[in-house]
Amino acid sequence: MTIVFEWITQYPLLTAVIALLLMGAIFGAVLGFAAVKFKTEGNPIADQINDLLPQTQCGQCGFPGCRPYSQAIADGEAINKCPPGGEATIQALADLLDMEVIPLDEEHGEEKTKTVAYIHEDQCIGCTKCIQACPVDAILGAAKQMHTVIVSECTGCDLCVEPCPVDCIDMLPLKETLQSWHWALPDPVSRSVEIIATDAKSEQGQAA
Amino acid sequence: MRKIFGFHGGIHPPENKHQSMAGVIELAGIPAQLTLPLSQHIGAPASVVVAVGERVLKGQLIAQAKGFVSVPLHAPTSGIVSAIEDRLIAHPSGLTAPCIVIDTDGKDEWVEHVGTADFESLEPAELINCIREAGIAGMGGAGFPSAVKLSVKPDTKITTLILNGTECEPYITADDILMRERADQIIRGANILSHILKPDEVLIGVEDNKPEGITALRAAAQGSNIEIVSFPTKYPSGGEKQLIEILTGKQVPSGGLPSDLGIVCQNVGTAVAIANAIDKGEPLISRITTVTGKGVSTPGNFEVLLGTPMSFLLERAAYQSEINNRLIMGGPMMGFTTPDADVPIVKTTNCILAPTEDELPTPPPAQACIRCGLCAEACPATLLPQQLFWFSQGKEFEKLEAHNLFDCIECGACSWVCPSNIPLVQYYRNSKAEIIQTRQENEKSEQSRVRFEAREQRLIKQAAEREEKRAARKKAAEERAKQAASGEGEDPIQAAIERAKAKKAAQENA
Repeated sequence: MTIVFEWITQYPLLTAVIALLLMGAIFGAVLGFAAVKFKTEGNPIADQINDLLPQTQCGQCGFPGCRPYSQAIADGEAINKCPPGGEATIQALADLLDMEVIPLDEEHGEEKTKTVAYIHEDQCIGCTKCIQACPVDAILGAAKQMHTVIVSECTGCDLCVEPCPVDCIDMLPLKETLQSWHWALPDPVSRSVEIIATDAKSEQGQAA
Repeated sequence: MRKIFGFHGGIHPPENKHQSMAGVIELAGIPAQLTLPLSQHIGAPASVVVAVGERVLKGQLIAQAKGFVSVPLHAPTSGIVSAIEDRLIAHPSGLTAPCIVIDTDGKDEWVEHVGTADFESLEPAELINCIREAGIAGMGGAGFPSAVKLSVKPDTKITTLILNGTECEPYITADDILMRERADQIIRGANILSHILKPDEVLIGVEDNKPEGITALRAAAQGSNIEIVSFPTKYPSGGEKQLIEILTGKQVPSGGLPSDLGIVCQNVGTAVAIANAIDKGEPLISRITTVTGKGVSTPGNFEVLLGTPMSFLLERAAYQSEINNRLIMGGPMMGFTTPDADVPIVKTTNCILAPTEDELPTPPPAQACIRCGLCAEACPATLLPQQLFWFSQGKEFEKLEAHNLFDCIECGACSWVCPSNIPLVQYYRNSKAEIIQTRQENEKSEQSRVRFEAREQRLIKQAAEREEKRAARKKAAEERAKQAASGEGEDPIQAAIERAKAKKAAQENA
């Protein structure tokens, strides 16, 4: 032991260098082990992005489905190419990726009301082309049999409209039901604060 | 004397209950047509079991419950089913919903029905089933299926059964008159409920502004273990969670149910409906509804058949449409303006309010929030209404949930005290709905993702199978070619030539 201490006091610089090298080797080994042991499969950020996308699988972004687009975003693609998701999705993506919120890229389409495909069954010739186009298997039917859309599964992606040879598929807006209806937000306060009290009264008087 | 606990906040709006308390319960009578929405309760709408043109008798099942959280529907009087279609219903949206329409024949002919003389001989499960089949949903306002509320988990011990006779909302007196006139039936219902739940104590909570009701209940409860508890009047002490806190001092945890604390709470009107269902076998086909406000000359309480048009009931109370400014279903605090006077009375309609402009003026325009904090003082759920208001405006849904938006009971106390007249509750209703909608959309998108991925997997598998078959065929062809080339086995071409030759020879011979 005494020899070691003596050596250390004799060559302090060398000791420090050796100690640092040793520590580097140990930590390097730990990190290397952790990298192998706790290896993440796939791309976690792409998964998180995919969770935020609306999963309509419409391809309006230019990618064949939501999963490929989420992969592309993870690789640096713009976040404003998803019309079905609209502003809400852009906002969520911007929050996740800590990016600026940018307006929707109009080139890929506009934010529309939610629709579902409707097959005019008397016109359907049973060609199965729409069935093959549907990304979520929401169309039921067989060759030379009439086809129909499972409304609860339809994402409103539009992809079945184009292939139909007899043009019998329409995209209909989703009807408002008692379940989907909800109270609207009241008129924003900012619109009424400009009214002074006397104005408000006279307006009411006219209305009544 | 039992200790009375309080709850945070609350308000004291003008009660306005005396107007409709002058008389007794009047029968509203049978209108020419009844419109019965299939969904008069929380849960799945009932499914129709009658056809158009069929004659139905009073009390006959016309739509059955679909699923566990649902209740059936019965014909309130005899008549012919004239339509099953979408009709305008009492809902703030002004949307239509599927309804069964019955043209009444005035005979009021009952379907065969029997009650149980001795309910104590029945098992709780049988009684719960009777209650479910009688179509009983909570009659205090929310309309939650009563049988579901009574089906507590087997390992839960119910210590306290509470009957809610609070009726804290201004103008409404339906429960008050029920307690005065039908106290014995309420007690009967309480006994049945206590046989089902076997609680340690049975309490009936009544605000002290209903002394006659309390006296009647006490007289009827003489000799039983049912305790009538009266406590100071304050809005909204009739809220389920508030009433539980007043009577037991316990708070129902956020997101929890009263049964988590060993408590079940039922409305007194529900208790009467349960007593009728068990004793007489009568399903829920009528209810007591208060018709009040300065827009009617003779306000009062009516026993009205479900499905009766609101206009019919208003006529009975001498409605003056020219001085009435809007029709409200429910009370002034939690009710909503109905889209039309012809909408039907449903299981949850406890009041129809026809006020004049002086009585219930149109709210003045909202001003900016001045952060006075009165709303936080008034909130019975100890929430921070102004904070929720900011988040709601900014659509910050995560923060809204973190601030327990879903504990808001929409009582309207915050809006009532707001000096800036901000319609706070409407903001909360909107935000709640948007959050629920977002959740549903996320569920749907998750489902779509699963289906999309399943389809991709299938396509890949199909492509792989095709490729495999193609490879197998190619291999087989190569094999044969190789065999032919090496002279081993039969050369297929040579064999075909041989066969053709043999055939030709056979033809020639013939």
